[in-house]
Amino acid sequence: MPELSYREAVRDALSTAMRQDEDVFIMGEDIAEMGGSMGVTQGMLDEFGPERVRNTPISEAAIVGTGIGAAMQGMRPVVEIMYEDFLTLAAEQVINQAAKHRYMSGGQLKVPLTIRTQGGAGWSPGAQHAQQLEAWFVHIPGLKVVFASTPSDVRGLLYTSIYEDNPVIFFEHRTLYGIKEEVPDELEPIPLGEARIHREGEDVTVVATGRLVHESLSAAQQAEEQGVSVEVVDPRTLQPLDEATIVNSVKKTNRAVVAHEAVTRMGFGAEVAAVVQYQAFDWLDAPIERVGAKFTPLPFAPVMEEWVIPHADDVLQAILRTVGRDGN
Amino acid sequence: MLLIRRFEEKVEERFRAGELPGFLHVAIGQEAVAVGVCRALEEGDVIASTHRAHGHALAKGTHPNELMAELYGKLEGCSHGYGGSMHLYDIERGNLGANAVVGGGLPAIVGAALAFKFRDEPRVGVAFFGDGATNIGTVHESLNLAQLWNVPAVFVLENNHWAESTPASQHLPITDLSKRAVAYDMETMVVDGQNVQEVYETAAKAVEHARSGRGPVFLVANTYRLTGHYVGDPQVYRPKNELNELRETQDPLDKLRAELDISDDEFEELDREATELVEGSVEFAKAGTDPKPEDALKNVYA
Repeated sequence: MPELSYREAVRDALSTAMRQDEDVFIMGEDIAEMGGSMGVTQGMLDEFGPERVRNTPISEAAIVGTGIGAAMQGMRPVVEIMYEDFLTLAAEQVINQAAKHRYMSGGQLKVPLTIRTQGGAGWSPGAQHAQQLEAWFVHIPGLKVVFASTPSDVRGLLYTSIYEDNPVIFFEHRTLYGIKEEVPDELEPIPLGEARIHREGEDVTVVATGRLVHESLSAAQQAEEQGVSVEVVDPRTLQPLDEATIVNSVKKTNRAVVAHEAVTRMGFGAEVAAVVQYQAFDWLDAPIERVGAKFTPLPFAPVMEEWVIPHADDVLQAILRTVGRDGN
Repeated sequence: MLLIRRFEEKVEERFRAGELPGFLHVAIGQEAVAVGVCRALEEGDVIASTHRAHGHALAKGTHPNELMAELYGKLEGCSHGYGGSMHLYDIERGNLGANAVVGGGLPAIVGAALAFKFRDEPRVGVAFFGDGATNIGTVHESLNLAQLWNVPAVFVLENNHWAESTPASQHLPITDLSKRAVAYDMETMVVDGQNVQEVYETAAKAVEHARSGRGPVFLVANTYRLTGHYVGDPQVYRPKNELNELRETQDPLDKLRAELDISDDEFEELDREATELVEGSVEFAKAGTDPKPEDALKNVYA
């Protein structure tokens, strides 16, 4: 099995779809010659040409809206919004248009559009280039939302998203582009709505997304050394959500921690906690712990940024609290 | 045009009678723009409409029965009861949807036109929007992208001189709105929107320009909204004499009638046909099927 970086895995999913299907094309800011601000689309201009690897003006609303129009004609555009912070500029087109055309038309239309974007802190860009806004979009009926945390997942899920007949907001995490994982020789699509159990455990379930999947795996290893067995579940798709895998895990472990890089308040973990308490109330032996960023915009100074966003130790402390240990 | 007028008069009447839910905007006075432009289109061409959409939908071929049924919230409606007056769709006839967000439909028309170009199909996308929309970002982003990519699109600006209750003098620093497209180096055309023949001939040129690959066109149709912003609008912001004077001098139906020089008998015959169609559409709509409440959960996802 070949080893791909997360960045290469995204590129492979895009290129695979574009090789086999003329209806797939990509567009976004700086994606052609420059290969995207994260280098994801490097080399694709040479293979596919400027018609199908389209540089756009800095016009987020028109990038998404043009994607919507082409998608309604049966194409499968994949548009890139350079930073998820900039989804705010396209929010009208995402929320009022992409998510609602099918509904408002009484089912006459499909919008098979994929919106790729990325975010994530840990490199001190300040408050406007690293937010984690995935929860906003889970709140909008009509959208599907994916947040992939590993190379094999990002490859299989992006491919599926391209062939999904509904608009998908596809979140990538900036600090994960360099991580590597063995992937299947042939691209294997991963269905939306299926969680991945990264590690099985008996005592505590950690439901984590994005970078926090890796922080949680690290925390689980440390917990193991302290005699606490941790199961780590990555939903991978936030909408639709694989509630069954999460709930079944908690019914086994009787304790749950939710963990993401976004601020805790109204974060995706709040929804997971609600699902778990409702479906597994009688199985819970401890309050559900929540791990996320502190409630502040992202600061610039590295020492402040480091303190604001969650790390493995925050997950570990939360795990230990669920089993009644102080941890410190 | 007469059908659109009678249809919208009926809509006003039924709304006031309390039969129509929601928020209704009629385009009385602007019929010649919808008809002139849509008559210049061919099968396969698509439009995106605005919140003032009944005329566009009828002119693009949606049957009054389906349109009225939509306004009554029936499954037989052109959006099957999911859209309403501000979200009229008819994909089979190339209506990609009326849009209740000002300027919201333009980017999708650029995208549709891009798809036509990709596939080398001789089709054109047409976006309707108003003078108020020329102040919103999506319009400018769309014009820029359409010209940059040379896509077959026509942008029809229905300049009715009002953004809801705000007159042009309070929201536009210019009076010649074709200047909006100058910065994009886009082909512009300006037409008297109350003269249907002129609209048709100019729109035909614009559509042909776009279809032949020479790029998008910005078509300004100067027109007049001879009613309020919404049905029931008391129009406290508008001098009464202005409206009365415009109704006397700028009614596109009066202009067409004079142009055609038809007799009263001929006009009455046409009027009777239009009125019968409209009355029939109300009967059709009232006899239509109400959706079940739980139908609300359908069509969220494909």
